[in-house]
Amino acid sequence: MTDLYKRFGGGLGTLFVALVAVWLTGMVLAPNIMMIDYALKPNLPPAEIGGPRDVYSLDNILYLANEGVHRAIFFKTIWASALVAFVTFIVCYPLAYWLAQNATQNQTAIVLLALTIPFWINEVLRTLAWYILLAFRGPLNALLMSLGIIDEPVRWYGDGGVLAGMTYAYILFMLFPVYNAIESLEKSQIEAARDLGASVWRTHWRVVIPHAKAGIATGCVFTFMLAAGSYVAPALLGAPGSRWFTEIIYNWFFEGGDWNRGAAYALVLLVLCLTVVLVTLRIARVSLTEVAK
Amino acid sequence: MNAADRIRKAFFGFYFAAFFLYLFAPLAIMGAATFNASRFPTVTPWQGTTLQWFSALWADTGMWQSLWTSAVVAFFVVLVVLPIGTAAALLLTSLHARARSFMYAVMVSPLLTPGVVIGISTLVLWRQLGVGGGVFLIVLAQSSFIICYVMLMVAARLQRFDRTQEEAAVGLGASKFMVFRRVILPFLKPALLAAGFLAVLQSIENYNTTLFVRGFDTPLTVYIATKVRTGLTPAVNALALIMIAVTIIGAITYEVVRRRNQRAG
Repeated sequence: MTDLYKRFGGGLGTLFVALVAVWLTGMVLAPNIMMIDYALKPNLPPAEIGGPRDVYSLDNILYLANEGVHRAIFFKTIWASALVAFVTFIVCYPLAYWLAQNATQNQTAIVLLALTIPFWINEVLRTLAWYILLAFRGPLNALLMSLGIIDEPVRWYGDGGVLAGMTYAYILFMLFPVYNAIESLEKSQIEAARDLGASVWRTHWRVVIPHAKAGIATGCVFTFMLAAGSYVAPALLGAPGSRWFTEIIYNWFFEGGDWNRGAAYALVLLVLCLTVVLVTLRIARVSLTEVAK
Repeated sequence: MNAADRIRKAFFGFYFAAFFLYLFAPLAIMGAATFNASRFPTVTPWQGTTLQWFSALWADTGMWQSLWTSAVVAFFVVLVVLPIGTAAALLLTSLHARARSFMYAVMVSPLLTPGVVIGISTLVLWRQLGVGGGVFLIVLAQSSFIICYVMLMVAARLQRFDRTQEEAAVGLGASKFMVFRRVILPFLKPALLAAGFLAVLQSIENYNTTLFVRGFDTPLTVYIATKVRTGLTPAVNALALIMIAVTIIGAITYEVVRRRNQRAG
């Protein structure tokens, strides 16, 4: 801090500190504190605010614990998000490995560039592409029927559709950290494992994956968090039977008209995500400093 | 070439085909549906080739209105995130080890917060202050996490900064402000340009956060998502196709320039 003032003088130094303070307190800390405040208070008509019933309690959070449907959707969102992270990892791992260990520099550049194309158009359009592809009378059903694989169109919208759309949307968040991690592995280590008689699976399981642990943890953490907090994929690709926790939160705000309960649900989602992030990073022994690279 | 190599080659060949099919087939179908005369965007059945959806897009005033809203938001987001992100990076690099890793964790925390939570927390704070959703809140909510990206990119560039340049400038009698303006800022310029570009992309593409703080304003992503509920036509596909085309042209240009630079040395 004193270094900052020494370098830039009182005026600029103070300006920098003030800008950061505006961000961290005004745009990050204060909103979250207000959200906690909302979450712990009952939803009252304006006349009763400040009155005897306006007290802090855990009622809104307990409501989630006791409401069977919401609770089920909450747990489903957790495991489904974990599944999204796992599937995304399986889809990305071979490509990340190939890019990091086998590809030439030009091949890597071209593949990475090609990968970014779907990601420069926005998440809603990416999801819309899947919405069109998976439609009941859409191209995928038409193709599978013409190949004779299915006799009747399949309703893809629902859990399967959400899983496909989310995996698609978050590929890059998994691929880049895993690729970076594998890239730092010396080729000779893989060759040594092979020369010592390790099978392909064993080489990956005992050499490559342990080495890339930090990158894998980072990719999984980001994918999990994005999936659990996503609204667009379940809204477009879901079915009434596959509701997502974020949809419940949205309904409290804009249909149920109970912002306090909505804030409580959002708080639970935030705590869940932070817990998953910190526990995963702790298990993989990754520090937060390494995550955001 | 032994059997294991052949198996490996076959596996990668099959995997690549599947991966890139997975990556591009949805986009290709979405683009192709633009030319189908069907009212719902699809390619099966093909009901005749048409260009009518481009004129439908042109006539869709709601779409242009929402594009304008997104552009306004992105403009203000860039104005907010570049100075704050730069200040955060400079502050971070001037801290000592322990304080630095603590501040670092605090500063990246918005990246690890679900988008809907950022939108909700911003919304409830400002309702308490009497401000409802709209462009102003969209800018604030989006900025709160886009600043992280700017901070990371600027900090990465700062790591390669040679402090002797700064000392030389001071030795030659430059004021502290001059050092910042004439030495540090020019050095950071590439990172700032890239960060500004990324901020625009992030802002325009955002949906989860924007949805909660939009009030009665409708940015592009919200407009498109609403269209899916209220009557989707291939006019949206026409827009998607244009965006994909621009992206591909941009990507090819980037690659050509990169190769030319590489050859130039």
